[in-house]
Amino acid sequence: MIVTIFDILIAGLLMGGIYALIAVGLSLQYGVARVLNIAHGEFIMIGAFITWALYSAFKISPLLCVTISGPLVFVIGFVLYRALFARLRTTSPSPAVFEGKSMLACFGILFIAQNLAILIWGADIKGYSYLAFPIEFWGAKFPANRLITLGFAVAFGSAFYLFLARTRMGKAIRAAAQDPAAAGLMGVNISRVLAFCFGLGALMAGLGGTLLSMSYQIQATMGLEYTMIALIVIVLGGLGSIPGSFIGGFLLGLVGSIVTYVQPGLSLVAYYVIFMLLLLAKPTGILGR
Amino acid sequence: MDIPKLISSKRFVLGFLFILLVVLTTLPLYAARYSIVLLTTIFMYVVLTVSWTMFSGPTGYVSLAPAAFFGAGVYASALLGFVFPLPVIIVVGALSSACLALLVGALTLRLRGIYFVMFTFGLVELLLHFILWWEVTITGTTGRVVPTVGNTTVYYLMLTILVMVILTTYLIKHSRFGLALQSIGECEEAAAHTGVNVTALKIMTFAASAFFMGAAGAVMATRWTYIDPRIAFNPILSFLPVLMAIFGGMGQLFGPVIGAVIFTTLEEFLITRFPYYYMLIFGIIMVVAILYLPDGLVGLTQKLWNRISGAKYADP
Repeated sequence: MIVTIFDILIAGLLMGGIYALIAVGLSLQYGVARVLNIAHGEFIMIGAFITWALYSAFKISPLLCVTISGPLVFVIGFVLYRALFARLRTTSPSPAVFEGKSMLACFGILFIAQNLAILIWGADIKGYSYLAFPIEFWGAKFPANRLITLGFAVAFGSAFYLFLARTRMGKAIRAAAQDPAAAGLMGVNISRVLAFCFGLGALMAGLGGTLLSMSYQIQATMGLEYTMIALIVIVLGGLGSIPGSFIGGFLLGLVGSIVTYVQPGLSLVAYYVIFMLLLLAKPTGILGR
Repeated sequence: MDIPKLISSKRFVLGFLFILLVVLTTLPLYAARYSIVLLTTIFMYVVLTVSWTMFSGPTGYVSLAPAAFFGAGVYASALLGFVFPLPVIIVVGALSSACLALLVGALTLRLRGIYFVMFTFGLVELLLHFILWWEVTITGTTGRVVPTVGNTTVYYLMLTILVMVILTTYLIKHSRFGLALQSIGECEEAAAHTGVNVTALKIMTFAASAFFMGAAGAVMATRWTYIDPRIAFNPILSFLPVLMAIFGGMGQLFGPVIGAVIFTTLEEFLITRFPYYYMLIFGIIMVVAILYLPDGLVGLTQKLWNRISGAKYADP
C-alpha cells in the first residue's frame, strides 16, 4: 500500500515536471506578450521531432539535442512575433481585440505547423529508446530517462526563474509585464522585449518537447493535448504567475497520476473538469492577483 | 441610372432574396446530385456561422462551443434515430442543444474575454473525451449507426433551418434586443445601468444560437450514416464558424453568409485538389485573413466600392 502511494506520487512528480516546464513558457507568452498561444503544443512537437530525427539519424544524445532544438525553436518564436503579432498589436484598437485576434492567429499557426510536420515526418506515432533501464527507490522502480527528465525540467525551470529575477533582460521583461507603455518610456525596447518573450516561451516548449521525446511516444498531432494541459496549469497557477505555473504543473501531474491509477481512461476528462471548475470558482488561480 | 442606390434599395434586396429562394427551392428538380450534396454542406456552414454571429457578433464573447452544440444535435439523432420520426428528432436535438447552452451560459457568461473562450473550448474537449470514455468502458461500443434519409430531404430540411436562422438573426438585429446586445458588446456595465437585463439576454441569445446549431447537427447526422464522438464533437467545427464570420465580416448580416459560402466552396475545392495540403493552406488563409482583413470581405468590398464610386456613397 505504502509502495503504491509512493509509486503514484513519484509518477505524478515525474509527469508534473514536464507540465511545469511547458506551462512556464505559455505563462510568459500570455503574461507578458499577451498572446494566448494555442500553438504552444506545436513548439513542443517541433522540439520532440527534431530530437527524434537527430537521435534516429545520427545517434546524437537527446541531452545534447537541447542545445539544438531550444535555440532553433526560439528563433521560430522570435521571428513569428516580429512578423505577425507585432503587426496585429499595432493594428488592433484595444488590448482585448489583440488578445482575441492573436489567439485566432495562433490557431492558424497550429494548423500550419501540424500539417507541415505531417508532410515532413508523416502522421504515425514515433518513439525511440534512450536510457530506458529501471532505477529502484525503496521498492518502487522508475525508468532512468524519466528521472533525468525531471532533473532537467527542474534545472531549466530554475535557470529560467533566475534569468527573470537576476538579469537586465529579465528586469525589462518584468517591467513590460507590469506596464508596457511605462516600460517603453523608461527606455525598454518594448517590441524587441515582447518578441524575445515570445521566443523564450517557445524555447521552454522546445526544451519540454526534447525531454518528452525521451520517455513518451510522439506524433505530429500531439500538440493540442499539451497546449490544453499547459493552459489548465497556468489557470491553476494564476495567469501570468511563473512560480504559480511551476506549482500548478506539479499539482496537475499528481492529480493526473492519481486519476490514472483509479480509472485510466478518465485522466483527460479529469483535467478538463478541474479546469472548468477552477475557471468557475477562482479564475485568478492559486497564486493569481 | 444610379446603380449604388438601386442595389441598396429595400425593394431590390427583397426581390433578389425572393428569386434566390425560389431558385434554391426548385433546384433539386433539375440540378445534379453532387451540387445538392455540396449545397447542403454549404447550408450547414451558413447555419453554424450565422447562428454563431447571432450571439458572438454583437456581444464580442468569442464562443468556441459550436462543436459541442452541433455534437449534441448529432447525438440526439444517433440515439433516437430509430425511435422517432425525423422532424421530432430535429426538434429534440435543437432543444437539447439549447438546454446545454442554457446550463453552460448560466455557469459561464460571467467569465470575460479569454476565460470564456477557454471554457467553451474546454467544454467541447470535455464532452468528446467523456463520451468516448463512456462508450469504451460502459457501453463497450464506440460509434453508432444513424438511419439515413434521401439527399433531397436533407437538403430541404437544411434550407428550412437556414431560412429560419437568417430570419431570427434579422429580427433580433432589428429589434430592441439587438440594440441591447450591441450595447453589451460596447460596454457591459453601461448596458446594465441603462436597464438591460444583461445576464438573461446573454443566456437567451446564447441558447437561441445553440438551438440552430443543434438542429443542423441532427440533420447532418442522417447524412453521415455512422458517427462516433470524434466525428460528432470535431473541434474544427468550433473554429470554422468563427473563421468564416471573420472572413466574411461581422458588420452586416450577409457578411457571415458570404464568408461561409465562399469558404466552404474553397474548402471543397482544396480538399479535392490538394488533399494533403488542405489544412496547411487553410491555416495560411486563416492567418492572412486575420492579419489583412480586419472587417472581412464585406468590409474590403465596401472600402473598394467607396474608392471606385467616390466619397459620395461612403458611409457617414
